[in-house]
Amino acid sequence: MFELIGIPPQALFGQLLLGLINGAFYALLSLGLALIFGLLNIINFSHGAQYMMGAFVAWLLLRYAELPYWGALILAPLVVGALGVVIERLMLRRLYELDHLYGLLLTFGLALVIEGGFRHIYGISGQPYAIPPSLQGGTNLGFMFLPTYRAWVVVASLALCLGTWAVIEKTRLGAYLRAATENPTLVRAFGINVPVMITLTYGGGVALAGLAGVMAAPIYSVNPVMGSNLIIIVFAVVVIGGMGSILGSVITGYGLGLVEGLTKVFWPEASSTVIFVIMAVVLLIKPAGLFGRA
Amino acid sequence: MNGRIIAAAALAIGILAPFTGIYTVFLMKALCFALFACAFNLLLGFAGLLSFGHAAFFGLAAYVTAHGVKEWGLTPELGILAGTAVAAVLGLGFGGLAIRRQGIYFAMITLALSQMVYFFCLQAPFTHGEDGIQAVPRGYLFGFIDLMQPMNMYYTVLAIFVFGFAVIHRAVHSPFGQVLKAIRDNEQRAISLGYRTERYKLAAFVLSAALAGMAGSTKALVFQLASLTDAHWHASGEVVLMTLLGGMGTIAGPAVGAFLVVAIQNYLAESGAWVTIIQGVIFIIVVLSFRRGILGEVVGFVAKRKATPAAKPLEPRPASAITGE
Amino acid sequence: MNFKQALLGAACAMMMAGAAQAQISDNKVKIGVLTDLSGTYSDLSGQGSVVAAEMAVADFGGKVKGAAVEVVSADHQNKADISSAIARKWYDSEGVDVITDLVTSAVALAVREVARERKKIDIVSGAASTALTGKACSETGFHWAYDTYAMAVGTGKAVVKQGGDSWFFLTADYAFGHALEGDTAAVVKENGGKVVGQVRHPFPNADFSSFLLQAQASKAKIIGLANAGQDTINAIKQAKEFGITDSGQSLASLLIFITDIHSLGLDTAKDLLMTTGFYWDADDESRAFAKRFKEKTGKMPTMIHAGVYSSVMQYLKAIDAAGTDEGVAVSAKLREMPVKDFFAKDGKVRADGRMVHDMYLAQVKKPAESKQPWDYLKVVRTIPGDEAYRPLEKGDCPLVKK
Repeated sequence: MFELIGIPPQALFGQLLLGLINGAFYALLSLGLALIFGLLNIINFSHGAQYMMGAFVAWLLLRYAELPYWGALILAPLVVGALGVVIERLMLRRLYELDHLYGLLLTFGLALVIEGGFRHIYGISGQPYAIPPSLQGGTNLGFMFLPTYRAWVVVASLALCLGTWAVIEKTRLGAYLRAATENPTLVRAFGINVPVMITLTYGGGVALAGLAGVMAAPIYSVNPVMGSNLIIIVFAVVVIGGMGSILGSVITGYGLGLVEGLTKVFWPEASSTVIFVIMAVVLLIKPAGLFGRA
Repeated sequence: MNGRIIAAAALAIGILAPFTGIYTVFLMKALCFALFACAFNLLLGFAGLLSFGHAAFFGLAAYVTAHGVKEWGLTPELGILAGTAVAAVLGLGFGGLAIRRQGIYFAMITLALSQMVYFFCLQAPFTHGEDGIQAVPRGYLFGFIDLMQPMNMYYTVLAIFVFGFAVIHRAVHSPFGQVLKAIRDNEQRAISLGYRTERYKLAAFVLSAALAGMAGSTKALVFQLASLTDAHWHASGEVVLMTLLGGMGTIAGPAVGAFLVVAIQNYLAESGAWVTIIQGVIFIIVVLSFRRGILGEVVGFVAKRKATPAAKPLEPRPASAITGE
Repeated sequence: MNFKQALLGAACAMMMAGAAQAQISDNKVKIGVLTDLSGTYSDLSGQGSVVAAEMAVADFGGKVKGAAVEVVSADHQNKADISSAIARKWYDSEGVDVITDLVTSAVALAVREVARERKKIDIVSGAASTALTGKACSETGFHWAYDTYAMAVGTGKAVVKQGGDSWFFLTADYAFGHALEGDTAAVVKENGGKVVGQVRHPFPNADFSSFLLQAQASKAKIIGLANAGQDTINAIKQAKEFGITDSGQSLASLLIFITDIHSLGLDTAKDLLMTTGFYWDADDESRAFAKRFKEKTGKMPTMIHAGVYSSVMQYLKAIDAAGTDEGVAVSAKLREMPVKDFFAKDGKVRADGRMVHDMYLAQVKKPAESKQPWDYLKVVRTIPGDEAYRPLEKGDCPLVKK
């Protein structure tokens, strides 16, 4: 067998697969960000905190209501989404007439409060959350051992991303949404309740972050800061992809997961910065992002 | 002029402050952050560019100064100059990339770039990772002023702040500043008037980065250390908070905000209060209910009483101003 | 100020004359617990350290040489500048005599410089950096509970002796991780083991799967985790997920606390090898302390909490013996007196400020072996202090004459 810079191809397949799993989280989060940005023109800085909340709500449900993973997978995003609706109604709504930067600042403040609050109540060490019994174990693929849960994450996130894309591109509701993004006044003139749509979109985007959090809970430690470092990477992902298209942000998410996975093999020291470097390069060549509208 | 009197009064307060019994280290720290915030505000308040990565300049300059003074034996003034220069060069690079996009993209790009600097500071051997550079000698300013004397250090910091503030004031009230404001309010119009707005924005970015670096360098000497905290994105968030709280677009507002935020960090620390949560709540309150910030509100109030439109403070910008829609 | 100096002078004079009269500045001894009350390290130090210090003061009787003892605390938010400012204020204008806990090394090193300038005492229990007893050592500075060297060496040596003679390191890519890896690798080689490879991962890092696969491919018997906190937790969690621990390779964590084990759960962490300076279930004395501690905080003490208790107790004893709370005199006493309590059975303080005490190599229990909450570890071996800590002459401490 030939080797690629000292790495046998089998191992390379394994690493690519792992990259794809990380990409699944980037894709889910950047999808939510893109949705919210599309309609609200706000960059949701509290996205990472809401991702963390998803994981925490799942843990709380297990701990206090003995609701297993599958229940949490449905209920936790609803809880996080509902909170998103409240936030939109009470706070974000008051900023739409202003510069978009205020939305960024408000959600930044929210992120600090949410994170600080959880840290204060539950401490920092993190909480244990086991992989659900039905997804434990794994398969030996020959070139690597693939845990069943990771396979589930990839499949579920792909389904979710494609589902969201289909809803937005192929359904009537999606058509309204896209129209409202382009010209809210006109859509309102057609008798569609745009404010409600905005509220629900924010709730939906946030719920996606919560869902990603639930999926992350069994893999990563459930702790109050799990979202804060991730969100910066996701921002870079969003800049690289451009927020013009739903599909674009999904593809960029997966693609960068792959690139990062490869970096971890060939040059692990650079794996924390590779996405930022790519961002700089993309900005030089195509400032609007790979899929962005200039 | 009213402004002159206020400036003179502020300077007098600055000169007399150490004699009031307020802790000088606190005052020096607040002055460093005040300069940092004013430099940041040059971008946000006067060019309409929200950088979420200014900690990169502040933090890296602190490292450069600390390393230069401790390992290479630079004099304090050379150490600060070196830190400022490095920050300016970094600002040139970052600014060149970031000004390719506007608004929130600009914010996200600066955040991501500063995260790179953070990782660099974490991994580079000369920064000593999480230990930071410690026991940095303050040395003798110009070879004969012993900065280990608290008063000498304090007045040095005050002088640096006044210098930086004067530079910003000069820049804002020059034709250059006028063009910046025009870009802030309507970039398309500025372009159609024949201004090469990119160059103006880049120049503002470099100036802001350099002054932020100068603040970081000074802080390294005050505390005799440089650590990762100053390069972390939390520091970027804090400087945004200071500016917002004090009043962006007012020239002295960020300094007021800096004093308040530093006071919160220092004085609430001992009561075990929830500093991060409090900061977050302040963010939310300011954004929701007094976007002009403390000084902005005060100026607005005074202006209303006098009804002189000349002193009109910056109004929160409507969305259309930035997108040009 | 002059009056105080005069008093101190008098105190020294009297001591020289052999008079054992108490001279306590401001007639009060103030102990400052400077810790992380809200951030990353708040579980393993934080409020628990404040409680531990208060317990020590109460157990001592609340008074030393007739002067009241008071505990104050502050949140340094993991920022070196804030801690340095608080330390200055405490020492200069609030009559604080000693600062303790000091979790995270940037904070500990910053306070060390402030204390050195003023000849005031600092006793570090929280931070791990060996620089505190190396280049940054000070006449009035002490390092109490543990350090990176003891953790690395203890684990490295003991594991090799048990047959774990080939190692692969997962190392956090910054000075701290490099130090852990370097110290351990040296010991592994010294004892006849070999290092087959290492990978430097970014800090902080959430996904370790890629690095774990590289470790798996190396076929090393032991995967050494040269990282801490969330990184360690995530690495262990994912090693279990990828079936690494079940397929014969063992994990050895070079810096981990009992609170981390608590967070992981026994099913995930089982069989993990680690070194600790304190385990609550080691003997009757430690159990008694842990029980009281748990009543106040709801958690079992970490080695930092126990270290804070031990150091405050010893500090008060030293004041009692010195008859003054003046920094240099108390420091001299601290270096003279043996440390004997539930934390350090036979501890001693070296010239470089290092409190040398026995460490334990422990293995995490299997879920079935755990009888009660927090019953997590079994002690495999007691590592004698002199073997665990870095030899005095290797630290580059200027106070040590070569």
